[in-house]
Amino acid sequence: MHFGLTEEQEMIVSTVRNFVETEIYPHENEVERTGIVPKEIGQEIKRKSQELGFFACNFPQEVGGAGLDNLTFTLVERELGRASMGLAAYFGRPSGILMGCNDEQRERYLIPAVKGDRFDALAMTEPDAGSDVRGMKCFAKKDGDDWIVNGTKHFISHADIADFVIVFIATGEEQTPKGPKKLITCFLVDRGTPGFEIREGYSSVSHRGYHNCILNFTDCRLPSAQILGELHKGFDLANEWLYGTRLTVAASCVGRARRVFDYAVSYAAERKQFGKPIGANQGVSFKLADMITEIDAADFLTLHGAWRLDQKLPANREIASAKLYASEMLARVTDEAIQIYGGMGLMDDLPLARFWRDARVERIWDGTSEIQRHIISRDLLRPFGA
Amino acid sequence: MKILVPVKRVVDYNVKIRVKPDGSGVELANVKMSMNPFDEISVEEALRLKEAGKAEEVVVVSIGPAKAEETLRTALAMGADRAILVETDDTVEPLAVAKILKGVVEAENPGLVIVGKQAIDDDANQTGQMLAALLGWAQGTFASKVEIGADKATVTREVDGGLQTIDIKLPAVVTTDLRLNEPRYASLPNIMKAKKKPLDKKTPADFNVSTAARLKVLKTEEPEGRKAGVKVKSVAELVEKLKTEAGVL
Repeated sequence: MHFGLTEEQEMIVSTVRNFVETEIYPHENEVERTGIVPKEIGQEIKRKSQELGFFACNFPQEVGGAGLDNLTFTLVERELGRASMGLAAYFGRPSGILMGCNDEQRERYLIPAVKGDRFDALAMTEPDAGSDVRGMKCFAKKDGDDWIVNGTKHFISHADIADFVIVFIATGEEQTPKGPKKLITCFLVDRGTPGFEIREGYSSVSHRGYHNCILNFTDCRLPSAQILGELHKGFDLANEWLYGTRLTVAASCVGRARRVFDYAVSYAAERKQFGKPIGANQGVSFKLADMITEIDAADFLTLHGAWRLDQKLPANREIASAKLYASEMLARVTDEAIQIYGGMGLMDDLPLARFWRDARVERIWDGTSEIQRHIISRDLLRPFGA
Repeated sequence: MKILVPVKRVVDYNVKIRVKPDGSGVELANVKMSMNPFDEISVEEALRLKEAGKAEEVVVVSIGPAKAEETLRTALAMGADRAILVETDDTVEPLAVAKILKGVVEAENPGLVIVGKQAIDDDANQTGQMLAALLGWAQGTFASKVEIGADKATVTREVDGGLQTIDIKLPAVVTTDLRLNEPRYASLPNIMKAKKKPLDKKTPADFNVSTAARLKVLKTEEPEGRKAGVKVKSVAELVEKLKTEAGVL
């Protein structure tokens, strides 16, 4: 068993860490205060990421990416996770599902996304279809060779800066022994398509500057050429390409937890009460011990999940465990960090309250903790027919 | 022209240095190590000169333990062409470093050596000057700007009174100051290529240089902590204290 990183991986980690600290941290307070990433700052981060060859580094070399394996890309995500998400979005990690593009779509979507010329977003969730994704109401009706789409998507991350959106839409229904089941198809929808509107979403407690949006479809006409993958096979495509995205949540939780931990440990060592550093009290030092133990555990679970993907081993349960544990770990670590800081931890002058707020969404998006537990337990019990 | 850039593996500038309990030195166990920041500036300058067509090859050299290979790989990932590791576990003092570098220069024949003005561990600020003296070459120290002409270099130096610009004959030794440039990040393609770039291993003995210590470290201690200030009630009192207590007037 070998736990070390390769020299390349070490350098990638240190470069991304350095990038995040130098190019992203200085802008965080402004983004936090205004809730907006100034366009020129976003473009600057994008340009620098492109120059360094990190933009779309999760894509294979034959389409212009850097061809990083899952483990190395997870390390990149871990380091990016330290930073404000609104800013880190410009570092450029297009959705892997674009690898499902056909030859013609490659030129219009995949290649421009990898180059950074066109920004993508991905839309599944609806007001009435959260964890129950298949319950979606957004529906496409066949009209000749076209599809007429009606419905609403919400919580669509960074669609405000997207040039096109990868949207999952119901295109039919089939009868199964368990009752009717919706058939889902994945569409590529350009910003500006008549009948397609990208609206400002809700004001969220987590990740200021990283906006969620609402998508409205009103008799929006989409040619069949906009179908990504095959008709009615949207979820197959999602399973193939979005299988590992929960790992990016896990990885960014680990990265952020380490940043939070650095704050907590230095404060415990420096803050004096009753004539000694507060860290000299076990009430504080044992918190630190628990925090680092959990962070390391989450880190290993996450990297192990990525390693399994690279080894082409089944990884669904392991990824679910990583996502579940890392996101819940981050909640505990940010909470304890604030406890160590006391009242000061709640003030906007320090980023701790922000980390604490940001942590909350991690247990919800990309599959709630409950959905992850469902995946894990189903994986355990299914072989017994239970 | 070939440019030689010596780089040193030092404690990362972000690390809070701790003195060993026995006062024999600073704690190096489990401490993050990185390239000396002034050497990063030197590598950057060499790469810029290469990109500007003023140089064909950038060779980096490090003198130190086997782990210094990581520092060399970092320089290769920034874009240097090849590396030389002169491996030794001894603490190598500036004069021995300069002598070894002289040997490397004689083997490599660079037209220019760009070296950090000092390493942030011992802060000796001697290697560049000693190397120039040993080679009998011109030197431009504390450079904040370097321009390469046909057979000379124009170096702007950061001196106490401001900036001094000098012309020096090539080949020469230039030592870099903080404001010369902002070092680049290693790009992903260069990181991937770094491992494939040649790295030669040598020892001080290959250059007939002894690394035996000439200096003796008597004691290493923490700098004194900052003391609390005092508030004065009036300007008159301030002047009085500056005269009598601080002794600066």
